[in-house]
Amino acid sequence: MSLLSVENISVRYGQLTALRKASIKVEEGETLFVTGPNGAGKSTLLKAIAGVVSPREGFIQFAGRPIAGKPPEDIARLGFSMVPEGREVFGGLTIEENLRLGTGMRADKDQTAKDLEQVYAVFPMLKDRKDQQAGVLSGGQQQMLVIGRALMAGPRLIAIDEPSLGLAPKVIDDVYATLIRLRDSRGLTLLIVEQSATRASLTGGRMVLMRSGEVALEGDARELVRGEALRQAYFGYGEH
Amino acid sequence: MTALLQVLFDALSLGSLYALGALGIALIFGVMRLVNFAHGDYIAFCVFAMLWPSIDAAAIVFAGNLPTVILVPFILAVGAGLSVLSEIVVFRRFRNANPATMMIASFALGFVIKYFLLMLYSSRPKSIDLWSSLTRQIEIAGARIPPLQAITIGVTIVILVTLTVFLKRTRFGLEMRAAAENFTMARMLGVRANRVIMLAFAVSGMLAAAVGLILVTQTGTVDINMGANLMLVAFVATVIGGLGSLPGAVLAGYLIGAATVIMQVVLPPDARPFRDAFVYGAVIVMLIWRPNGLFASKAAKQRV
Repeated sequence: MSLLSVENISVRYGQLTALRKASIKVEEGETLFVTGPNGAGKSTLLKAIAGVVSPREGFIQFAGRPIAGKPPEDIARLGFSMVPEGREVFGGLTIEENLRLGTGMRADKDQTAKDLEQVYAVFPMLKDRKDQQAGVLSGGQQQMLVIGRALMAGPRLIAIDEPSLGLAPKVIDDVYATLIRLRDSRGLTLLIVEQSATRASLTGGRMVLMRSGEVALEGDARELVRGEALRQAYFGYGEH
Repeated sequence: MTALLQVLFDALSLGSLYALGALGIALIFGVMRLVNFAHGDYIAFCVFAMLWPSIDAAAIVFAGNLPTVILVPFILAVGAGLSVLSEIVVFRRFRNANPATMMIASFALGFVIKYFLLMLYSSRPKSIDLWSSLTRQIEIAGARIPPLQAITIGVTIVILVTLTVFLKRTRFGLEMRAAAENFTMARMLGVRANRVIMLAFAVSGMLAAAVGLILVTQTGTVDINMGANLMLVAFVATVIGGLGSLPGAVLAGYLIGAATVIMQVVLPPDARPFRDAFVYGAVIVMLIWRPNGLFASKAAKQRV
């Protein structure tokens, strides 16, 4: 059984349909990229899974439980850790408080303490500044902080919305290098919304392409980027 | 020197009341963007909880006769209970409503509480003798200071320190601060919305109870409108402080207290009856200068 399966969910904001019977599956230990142009419904898909928006129809199952319509805190407590678009750092809290916030739902206090040391080992910059307010960090540092924060929740799956948004290319490389390292060393399951299909193919994993609220294409990221189908699906010509 | 000491004590004790009131409002606003206008009626309710229901002119003191060590926790519990109850019965249903709707709901709740008290106790103010020895003035360096003023200031400091430690050092405090900044993100990290909001209401209710106890000791009267004036000043203080900022609310509470007392001293006698006009005039100038308040909260800044 898949760790996460989303079946035929639809989401509407007023008159606007953001998702139209979208379906994806994420297996334990894999990396799934969700790509597509602006307004394709990528972020809405993550928000629907996280419980921030309610789908008007469809079925979502995570870790063996139906979660559609459940409040975000209940979904987080099943091990779904979300890094939303724009990072959403708690600027008024210290860096360590940001990291500790997601640990409230964990019972394994010893492992939590070890995880904190591990996060600091991966991001030494965070440890140096752990008592400073998180608002002072640069965009790239904030991205590292929210990835660390998601890890501290002891998740079964981390969902990241546009990790490269607003970052310099060099910093994006760093972020992805860290994600790959974490994925390979800890066997993390990753669900990443990424506008750049090239970035997805460099990182490796499976990829779905969304367009107008629907899943238009699905396959191995590298093969899709090499082929012609992606370009066609992305820009939509040759379909009408 | 003497006059200065007197002014200082007057300003600090009045400011303390305003600060506690403002804090009660800012706490709730922080976690759910609700300006709770029923807060003033919580204050009155807590005070009336000391009396046996009757429409007689004379107050029949009931719980008020309990020894202080029991009475104070009892009244605090009444405040917390009423506040949490109003969250569960009323405000929870407006969780995703827009702030104006929530504010109107709080007005309505305030009227319900007020008329509930009116029904049980009548609208006549009643006098009650609670710790009246504290209002007898003692002389310190020539200034006449009732012990209650010193106690008010002392109690406020204790409450502020306790609340700061609670917010900074405990898990609940961390979750409340996070929720005040970005509730959705906090929930995505497993922070339970209902628990945090109920806790904020409980603390806010206890602050209302503390204000009620101080007020009734000061004035010696119980009146269903006793919280209304203070609520208005406290609301103004939260706006000046920057809605959602707790230190801002406290500081602005003290500022308004100080402004009121200082105006009383420096205004020419003919202008003194219009003191409040000068105080609120200063408030208007202040808001023109800084529309977001002295300390615009992080959440408010992000939205701009």
